[in-house]
Amino acid sequence: MQLALFMIFGGLAVLAALNLLLQRHPINSALSLVVVMMSLAVLYWSLGAEFLAAAQVIVYSGAIMVFFVFVIMLLNAGEEERTTGSRAAYIVGFPGAAAIFCLLSFVFLSERNAFGSSNVGGYLNHVTSNISEVSSLLFTKLLLPFEVTSVLILVAILGAVVLARKEQ
Amino acid sequence: MSAQVPIAAYLILAAVLFSIGVAAFLIKRNLISIFMSIELMLNAVNLTLVAFAHMWHQVSGQIFVFFVMVVAAAEAAVGLAIIIAIFRTRETLNVDSVDLMKS
Repeated sequence: MQLALFMIFGGLAVLAALNLLLQRHPINSALSLVVVMMSLAVLYWSLGAEFLAAAQVIVYSGAIMVFFVFVIMLLNAGEEERTTGSRAAYIVGFPGAAAIFCLLSFVFLSERNAFGSSNVGGYLNHVTSNISEVSSLLFTKLLLPFEVTSVLILVAILGAVVLARKEQ
Repeated sequence: MSAQVPIAAYLILAAVLFSIGVAAFLIKRNLISIFMSIELMLNAVNLTLVAFAHMWHQVSGQIFVFFVMVVAAAEAAVGLAIIIAIFRTRETLNVDSVDLMKS
């Protein structure tokens, strides 16, 4: 089951990411990105991160991507025109990405025996459920970073309001 | 137990997604598309963190992903506000037209 889930949703994520790369219209890219995020949520679930799977669906594909689609609608973004403003990006683009992929996969494959393999559902050490473990750690040991995060979000809201406000 | 998937497979899937994100970041000329490729790269890194958390049977990596998600939400809010401000002054979304600091 783990293998089937990985094959189906990993392949779906890669296909949707390629579609994001190849589509010209931003709305098509945004919808492909939603597919990537949903597939990643399934993979998180199969790795035993139930809370993150739910948060991925709610926060990423629910909130952030809807925000993207709203901005695309608001700005009436059409097809992007392929200008040749920066030739370097075109020349470096695909070879650079391929080089990063080769480096990463070389490191991962050379250490693959140390990584081991995964079981569906994911078992934690001496714990019953994933969510209780996450929340107890988040609200005891990591309480200060958690509260600082709320300040960060407040600053982000204020910044967004100030930046997007119409100039008088 | 059915067939198991090596953790390295998840990491290589994340590497594929990250590389596609890098290529999209460099090739795309639309501001919103470039911003979406940044989100794709963040998601790929989140997958590696979750895979490592699974490998160690700990939730620390998952909590790290939680914080990355929160920061990504804040970043999306501010970034899209900046895109709206750019569009308001320049009437374009093409990055090659936004070259105020070039000359």
